[in-house]
Amino acid sequence: MSDPEKKKPNRRDFIVTATTAAGAVGVGAVVWPLVDQMNPDASVKALASTEVDISAVEPGQSITVLWRGKPVFIKRRTKEEIESARAVDLSELKHPEKDEDRAKNPEWLVMLGVCTHLGCVPLTDKGDYGAWFCPCHGSHYDTSGRIRKGPAPTNMEVPKYEFVNSNTIKIG
Amino acid sequence: MSDHEYTPKSKVGKWFNDRLPLLTLANHLTDYPTPKNLNYWWTFGGILTFCLITQIITGIVLGMHYVAHADLAFQSVEHIMRDVNYGWLIRYVHANGASMFFLAVYIHIFRSLYYGSYKSPREVIWIIGMLIYFLMMATAFMGYVLPWGQMSFWGATVITNLFSAIPLVGESITNWLWGGYSVDNPTLTRFFSLHYLFPFLILGLVVLHIWALHVPGNNNPIGIDIKKPSKDTVPFHPYIVIKDAFALLIFLLIFAFFVFFSPNILGHADNYIEANPLVTPAHIVPEWYLLPFYAILRSVPDKLLGVIAMFAAIFVLVILPWLDTSKVRSTVFRPIYKQFYWFLVADVLILGYVGAMPAEGLYLLIARVATAYYFAHFLIILPFLGLKEKTIPLPLSITEPVLGGSADMAMARNNSDFKEKL
Repeated sequence: MSDPEKKKPNRRDFIVTATTAAGAVGVGAVVWPLVDQMNPDASVKALASTEVDISAVEPGQSITVLWRGKPVFIKRRTKEEIESARAVDLSELKHPEKDEDRAKNPEWLVMLGVCTHLGCVPLTDKGDYGAWFCPCHGSHYDTSGRIRKGPAPTNMEVPKYEFVNSNTIKIG
Repeated sequence: MSDHEYTPKSKVGKWFNDRLPLLTLANHLTDYPTPKNLNYWWTFGGILTFCLITQIITGIVLGMHYVAHADLAFQSVEHIMRDVNYGWLIRYVHANGASMFFLAVYIHIFRSLYYGSYKSPREVIWIIGMLIYFLMMATAFMGYVLPWGQMSFWGATVITNLFSAIPLVGESITNWLWGGYSVDNPTLTRFFSLHYLFPFLILGLVVLHIWALHVPGNNNPIGIDIKKPSKDTVPFHPYIVIKDAFALLIFLLIFAFFVFFSPNILGHADNYIEANPLVTPAHIVPEWYLLPFYAILRSVPDKLLGVIAMFAAIFVLVILPWLDTSKVRSTVFRPIYKQFYWFLVADVLILGYVGAMPAEGLYLLIARVATAYYFAHFLIILPFLGLKEKTIPLPLSITEPVLGGSADMAMARNNSDFKEKL
């Protein structure tokens, strides 16, 4: 290698390169199963959806259900709450999202009850916007679950869900 | 490694030593020339070794009774506390042992900072030490999750969520760490596995740490190079062994005080409530030894930058040998650095205090100033001060200032400085 003249690759160079390449593939093939075993397994993935009965929830009330080990907030919003969520100018938001896109059925707001900062569960009907407040590091969310103040980078996540009928929501 | 050839006296010893030179190693360790002016701040290496062994032994015993399962973990810890013979003692020693371990490691680190033990030629010792410290934090964090109380669960949630700040792959990484979509049983079982493994990695690094130490030999309170063996050194055994043993006894008194009289004072009452994924405790705080870093994390209003600042706070320590430009090791001869040293100590204590307080109002402001100062100390003050500071002349040997008799003012000052240290 230190030879100043450029050497033509010989048979040995070829063997070294080929062996190294084959070795790298072999190491990769052994390491991947050891890494991938830590990913969510089949039994965890199998619990992917939950059906929730919402017939008993009155306007202004909120329930919390567990989905994939995480809390989901299902809030039946009052007229005022919907109005205040829809009246917000998008330019004021850190993570601009229209309330119409977050709550297809304006009366029902369904979202992961997980603060997008570091994963704590925010408290309901608290904070500067009268909606959600995370006690861990002080993030304030509005009546649409959008981040308004504090360290959280994004709005609370809206999971995939659908109304099976007027009394039942299927999450996941 | 050995400074002189060693031959065992007995025939059997010689036969064995020719095949595996364990006796040569033992001889090296007993005869190892140590600076004769080492003060009590140098006894924490031995104390830390004791702490590690204690944690490993009590941990192995607890592992015989603990059940790593989300439904059973909390009960099994209560079972250890109530049913297992001396289970309360073993668990309290293990839990408080972690705090004692960190207390000792912080003193050990600040000893290095004061006497410049991280400087050439001891950079590798320092870096291995920082790796040990990092592994200690990871081990302690995972151990705290195992009882599966409210603080365990939510502490694990917050810390693992730090990785979700990484752009693009953050969510995949957190799901991978959890083995699911939140902290749950798969997280608990892997934490148990790794919590069992890491102390042995630490033990391996400790061997390297001591090996690297024995190449240049110990630094000492006046931080000058010494000839070894010489008039300036004493053999490790019995001189240092006895001194270390005495310091360890004092340390054990404090340890025992916590274990027997206030075993829960360093913990959180919330952790005696079983983990509940639906309710976050009103005020989440990590264990005391992680508070300064937690304060740095919270002082930055942006999620990703907060996480970066926290890891950077550890990383500046790793590159410290190259940030401190001063050729003089010991703070004893650096009058201006000495003041900044104590500012740093105060700064870290303040960070620890505000880390335990809610992140709002005045606390947040103090945390921000203290965070800025922490980085300024390492990135601005140290590099510039090393070039500008006028240091006090160094003595030629350890023996010189001890024998005194010099009319030199600097010498006299050094003498009084030593009396303080001793």
